[in-house]
This record gives sequence, C-alpha cells and structure tokens, in this order.
Amino acid sequence: MIDMLLTVKDLSVSFGGLQALNLHNFSLAPRELRVIIGPNGAGKSTFMDLLCGRTKADHGTVFFDGKQILGMTEIQIAEMGIGRKFQKPSIFPSLSVYDNMLLATKMKKSVLASLFFKMDSAIDDKIRHTAVRVGLHGVLDKCAGELSHGQKQWLEIAIVVLQDPKLMLIDEPAAGMSDRETEKTGELLLELSTQHGVIVIEHDMHFVKQIAQKTVTVLVNGQLLTEGTFEEVRNDQRVIDSYLGRSNSERIKASI
Amino acid sequence: MLLKSDKIIPIVFLSFFAILLPLGYSAGLISVNSISLWGRYFCFAIAALGIDLIWGYTGIMSMCQAIFFCLGGYGIGMYLTLQADSSPAFLPDFMSWNNLTELPFFWMPFQNFIPTLLLGLLIPAAVAFIIGYFIFRSRIKGVYMAIITQALALSVYLLFIRNETNMGGTNGLTNFKTLLGFDLSQPAVKLGLYMVSLATLAGVYQICRHIVGSKFGKVLLAIRDSESRVGFTAYRVLHYKLTIFIIAAVIGAIAGMLYVPQTGIITPGRMDVKASVEMLMWVALGGRGHLKGAILGAISVNCLYSVCTTVFPEGWLFILGILYVLTVLYFDKGFLGLFEKLAIRVGLKSRKTAAAPLP
Repeated sequence: MIDMLLTVKDLSVSFGGLQALNLHNFSLAPRELRVIIGPNGAGKSTFMDLLCGRTKADHGTVFFDGKQILGMTEIQIAEMGIGRKFQKPSIFPSLSVYDNMLLATKMKKSVLASLFFKMDSAIDDKIRHTAVRVGLHGVLDKCAGELSHGQKQWLEIAIVVLQDPKLMLIDEPAAGMSDRETEKTGELLLELSTQHGVIVIEHDMHFVKQIAQKTVTVLVNGQLLTEGTFEEVRNDQRVIDSYLGRSNSERIKASI
Repeated sequence: MLLKSDKIIPIVFLSFFAILLPLGYSAGLISVNSISLWGRYFCFAIAALGIDLIWGYTGIMSMCQAIFFCLGGYGIGMYLTLQADSSPAFLPDFMSWNNLTELPFFWMPFQNFIPTLLLGLLIPAAVAFIIGYFIFRSRIKGVYMAIITQALALSVYLLFIRNETNMGGTNGLTNFKTLLGFDLSQPAVKLGLYMVSLATLAGVYQICRHIVGSKFGKVLLAIRDSESRVGFTAYRVLHYKLTIFIIAAVIGAIAGMLYVPQTGIITPGRMDVKASVEMLMWVALGGRGHLKGAILGAISVNCLYSVCTTVFPEGWLFILGILYVLTVLYFDKGFLGLFEKLAIRVGLKSRKTAAAPLP
C-alpha cells in the first residue's frame, strides 16, 4: 500500500450541539483528485475548515504528510503545504493580477524579507508560467478587482498553486461560471492533479462527471455516506435520495 | 505620461520651494514669517505621509497619530527649554511652582542634543510598539480601532495637561532661545530650519516611496483588502501592521521635532483628539492611498486654515466640515483624484493610465 498524503480518523466537530462533521475514515493518495459531494449542510466546507486550521476539531486525528496537523495554526498548516481556495473569491482587488500572484508565491514572508525583496527571473518565470496554466497571462497588469467572475476564480486557483502546496483544497470552483468557463476549470483541475493532491467540493454534476477520475466521496449530515467511482455513486439510490431529494431524483437522474 | 509626471511634480515642487521661495525672501518679497510658516507646513506634510502609510495604504484608522507628533515635539521642546538658560542649577518655572528643587530624572537625558534626538524617536517607537502589539494581537479593527486610539489620545492628553506631570501643563513648553547655539529668533536660522524641513520632507517621501513600492508595500495593500486572506497566504499580519505602525509613529515624531523649534511652543492642545482627527482629514482631503495626496492635503488644508483664520475666523470649522462632506460624497479620492479627473477631462492624461493600479 502506498503512503497516503492525508489520513483522517474519527474527526468530529459540533457547533452548539449540532454535529457538523463526524468522519470515521478518509484518506487521499498523493496526486489524487478527489471530489466531495453532498447536500447543503453536509459538512463539506466544515471539513476543509478543519483541514486548514480555520476551525478547531473536537477530537480526531488528521495526518498530513506523516504529521498530525490538528491543533496547528493556519499559518503553520499553510507552511506544511495545504493551500485553500475559498468558496467566495477573496483575492486582493486593489492589487494587480501579477502582484496578487507575487504575494502568493512561496518564499520568505517575514517583514524584512518583504522590505528588501528583489524581483528575480526565477520568480517572474514561475508567475508567468502559472498565469499561462490558468489562462490569465493576458491580464497580468489588470487590477484584480476588474476581472470577470471566472477570471477571479482562476486567479484564486493560481494563488493556491503558487504556494506550491502538496494538497489543494478547492471549494466550489465552478460556482457561477458559464459552461465554457466550467469546462476550462475542469481541465485546469485535472492538469493540477498531475502534480498536487486536490480535494474539490462541487455541486454541479456535469462538472463532477468531467473531473472525477477515481473516487467520489459523498457526505450527508456530516457523515460519510459512500465512496466510489462517479458511476457507482450516481447510481446509488441512497445518494440520489439524500442528495437530490426523493421526489426529484428520478427526473434529474434521467437528465444526467 | 504617468512616469513622466511622476518625476516632474517632485522636481517642480522642490525647485519652487528650495530655490524660488528663498530667492523671494532675499529679494524682500516674502517675509521671514511666511518662510517659517511654510517650514511648519512641511512638518505637517511629513506627519501626513506617516498617516497615509498606516491609513491610506494599510487601512488602519489610527486616531492617535498626534500623540507621536507631540512626543517628538515635547522631546525637542524639553531640550530647548533646558538650553534657554545655561546655569547648571536651572529649573523651568513650572517646576519651581511644583516645589521641585532639582530636575526630574526623565528630563535629565534632554540636556544634550544627541540623546534628545535618539529619545525623541525611540520613545514614540516604543509607545507605538506597546499600543500596536496589544491592539493588533487582539485583531481589533475598523471602528473599534478608531475608538480605542481616540481614548488613548485623550488619556495621553490628560496626562500632559496635569501640572504634576512636570511637562508644563496646559501652557506646554515655550520660551525657546537657542538650538545647538543658533539663535532661534534669527531670520537666517528660521530659513535654515525651513530648508531642513524641506529636505526632510523630500527624504521621508523617498523612503515612503520605497516602502510603498516594495513587496512590503504590496502586503500592506493586501492587508487593507483582505486581512484574513493575507494570513492564509502565510504572512504574519501582526508583524506587518506593527512595523508600519511604528514607522508611521517615528515619521510623526520626526515631524514634531522639526515643528517645535519653528513655532517656538508645544502645548497639549497639539495632541488632543481633535488634532489627530484633523491630521486624518488632511490625508482624506488630499487623497489617501497616494503619497502626493497626503502632502497636498496637509499643505493645502493648512494654507486654507491660515487664510481663513485671518479673513473669516469664525467660519473655519464650517469650511473644513463642508470640504470634508464634499470629499466623502463626490470626490472620494480627494484633491488628487479631482485633479486627475480634470486632467482626463482636458485630455492631459489618458483614461487608461489614470485607472492603472499603484506603481
């Protein structure tokens, strides 16, 4: 058996008596792209919040790259190599696209290092190369606040890529995108998963179908319902019932 | 075009104030008092640069910047007070009224110029470190930051108006005579201080430009945009905010140290809450987030103040208030933004360069 990039055991957290997440077993191989689906309130975003240190777990263990990361601060976890893209775009709107990417690039980030930072060609190349990968090379000098919604999402992904994380957590990348943008985002994620571990939360089933390579994880009410290939999950009656609602399930199943 | 005007404006500014104004003075066209007045405007402009760094660029609304200005000012004021009389047992009047027989310990270092200079910068830096550390560590932001710093400004003000503090009470420190042996009442010395203020303004502007242009400056803008995101990108926001808060405090102190020898008095009135708010207004009116805007704001508001208080003394606060309301409502980028709009209107500048992000 290969060493897992991420191993989660008995992870649970509750908010005011409501159990938001209770995950017994979850693991991710290096360079695996995993899609997590589930109805609203299933604990998908909470799971990501726990992984990146934004929310503290009640108990459980999370081994990332061989180290227990529960209890570490956000910054320590970011330095360990977990990058997060949030559901809502949270780029720096008054900086240029290029500067947004520069700030994200992995390097020394102390005050003194920033004050006396000198641009070198290696960093410049890395930024331009990443810009080409995410399709933003034409708008590097633009103010990030002026980008279209899809471009902002790609910039977010670029920011995560530039931190050179071993694991990327990507929350609803295709939300609000046009069909063409969605497809392009899917290609981008597939390409990224050749170099990074990627966990994607998504609702759009066409998009999930495009990117799900091996395993899709289904969360319902904070618990793992099932894991399997897209086809298996799609045909699982329990998934359809809980995720789509029993009344809608037949109609929507037919449309997929 | 932008790059060109970026160089032209400072050159025009410097040559006008460093050459033409002193020439006008030596030709007898401009009085020495006007020269001194401009010297003080430059001090305000220096302080405004510090405020722009912390507020315009980093988005921290600190309402206690006048404290740092006055800490620097009081430092040099103490030195000047002690210089006014060369007898070894000299005590300022207000200390005798407090029945003191010898100089309090905290006045001792201010008998010499070099320790005065160092303490005048180190004390504001240390105060900024302590205030900043506790405020920023608790992640206090926005309106709460404004309220806490206002309260701090008020408490320091109340400390300085007490006679028991031995800092001159409400009267402050005055009756200065010499600085490093130069007679402060001499026109040549006033001109010298004016030139030093101008040179310091130019130097501080250059340093601020470097700060703003560096990656550090970009992180500051990023903190203004989305502080939590900066944290997730593995920057230690606390260190950054603390550093810029201390830099702004030291810049304020430098301004205060240059200001006091030119006005000949420093009182707690310079550091009350109103003084800090007024300093923010200079930057808001000039155009925050732009270094030139801060300088423009400080100089133009103070010019206007001087004119208004002679022509129409009761109206000053109304005029300032109306200007402020207009700025908030119609030209949120301040005078600088207004000029830019006009330049676009008459075709001096293309729309594209104006909309470009900060260099």
